[in-house]
Amino acid sequence: MTDQTHLFIHKDTGAAPAKSRTPFSLSRLPDAVTGWLLSLPLALVLFFFLVLPIVMIVVVSFWGATEFSIYPAFQFDNYEFLLTSPVTYQVFFNTIKYALITWAFTLVIGFTVAYFLAFHVRTLTWQIVLFLLCTIPFWTSNIIRMISWIPFLGRNGIANSTLISMGVIDEPLDWLLFSDFSVILAFVHLYTLFMVVPIFNTMMRIDKSLIEAAYDNGASGLQTLTNVIIPLTKPGIMIGSIFVVTLVMGDFITVRFMSGSQSANVGRLISNDIALLQYPSAAATAVILLVTVLLVISILLRFVDIRKEL
Amino acid sequence: MDKRSRSFYVLAAFFTLFLVFLYGPTITIAILSFQGPQGGLTFPMRGVSLHWFHDLFQQQAVGDIWGSFARSLTLGLMVMVTTVVVSVMGGLAFRKRFPGSGVIFYLIITSLVIPSILVSLGVGLIFSQSGLSVHWSTSGFGSQLTWTLPFGLLIMFAVFNRFDKSYEEAARDQGATAWQTVRHVVLPIIAPMLIGVALFGFTLSYDEFARTLLTAGSYNTLPLEIYGMTTNVTTPVIFALGTLTTLFSFLVIGLFLAIVVTLNRRRSRLGSDAGKGLV
Repeated sequence: MTDQTHLFIHKDTGAAPAKSRTPFSLSRLPDAVTGWLLSLPLALVLFFFLVLPIVMIVVVSFWGATEFSIYPAFQFDNYEFLLTSPVTYQVFFNTIKYALITWAFTLVIGFTVAYFLAFHVRTLTWQIVLFLLCTIPFWTSNIIRMISWIPFLGRNGIANSTLISMGVIDEPLDWLLFSDFSVILAFVHLYTLFMVVPIFNTMMRIDKSLIEAAYDNGASGLQTLTNVIIPLTKPGIMIGSIFVVTLVMGDFITVRFMSGSQSANVGRLISNDIALLQYPSAAATAVILLVTVLLVISILLRFVDIRKEL
Repeated sequence: MDKRSRSFYVLAAFFTLFLVFLYGPTITIAILSFQGPQGGLTFPMRGVSLHWFHDLFQQQAVGDIWGSFARSLTLGLMVMVTTVVVSVMGGLAFRKRFPGSGVIFYLIITSLVIPSILVSLGVGLIFSQSGLSVHWSTSGFGSQLTWTLPFGLLIMFAVFNRFDKSYEEAARDQGATAWQTVRHVVLPIIAPMLIGVALFGFTLSYDEFARTLLTAGSYNTLPLEIYGMTTNVTTPVIFALGTLTTLFSFLVIGLFLAIVVTLNRRRSRLGSDAGKGLV
């Protein structure tokens, strides 16, 4: 590698020695200025497409709406309506229920898969191959992956016909598709990878001699798992949890699609308001969702120094 | 862990089941997309044909699939290039702490965890209230960047954390300027990882639904088009579309992997043999 660098530099300085003092010499600028210049495009994108939109949502959440338009105002009607409606609490309860159940499943599956890859697969090549196999479905369309459950779970789907032919049930199970079951199944299908990747990443960084030391001291497999591996994997678990919980809490398409429009979460509440052009009401719901998500994140972040982990 | 323990076989079985769970449904719809003309959305197969693929190419039957595909492709490429350039710049900036870097860092994390419908709603509102019209190449483009840039940056952080700074020191000792060091030392070393960033940027954009929903304007991108189809198309034509887009995703992944392999080969050919001989 060092030869390669020499090669490049000799080639360049040899060809045009005068060019080595170009005006584009970043090294003459103080670090702060270089840092700002380099992160300027990033900061601009985040300002215009993240910060401003959030400010806009907060502002609009106080506006009023008629059937046809929205108008600037400063009123608490949207929040008042939202916070006094039993539907809101039902929907928030549903959202948190989905998030918790999905989190539990993705955590168990994700941890087991990552554990197998990191500690039981012996060669790096196989680890990479098997890991890539897990990530490939992630690159294909979410909506396509949702539709692909229909032939499985429908009334005449594979699951029902298999169970009937095995004699387990007499009639097709209706709750397989368009139910809480199918919603959570789709969530687990879509998001387990977000748990596997960070956990696998932290596990790969665990010094294997620590595990040997545990064995040498007479720890059983289970003791090693609970006293060595799990504590050392905690940062990965936290990052994965942040991903899964926020993705599930903000989702509206999976719930709409897989529940057959029969269940709702906060995301759906917002998208319904948007469909009815009730933007101020959608914005108020969005603000409450955002506050909830940020609260959950700040609790999870107490367990891990995210800047240190990256 | 000398001989394969029983837990290895249990875990291997679990892993296999996980893969079946991941791939099973997609493979099923791939098979079902070859239904005969009389076939429905579930088994049994009523004959085998290319009928539903043929149907896809009939413009009037299923909306503007090819137009939306072209838009998604263009947008994906725009997002990909921007993500790579901005992430590399950001990654370089974050190697040193500078005043304000903490704020930007937490904005990146916020961008990653904020529910995507909020970005869609907020950007849509800003454009409509300021009298601009939303369009996939302006508002849609910006909204997608709030999702692809954090991923690109996280990869760059990981890359630069493992980066051996002595290469740069060597370059500086030889009289290279900061720009020459970046151009001839840093960039070639991180090039394979940049392919990863590009792949993330492209596919995240190509599949993004929620952030584009209110920001794409009157011309749909492919995910929006597919979403529209799910609500009104009840024939296997939608499975055929699913199969084609999945194949296209595989093609893209394959292309990127091929570039990585080529880069690595070139590098080992041009690179040093240090560490390969006797020490």
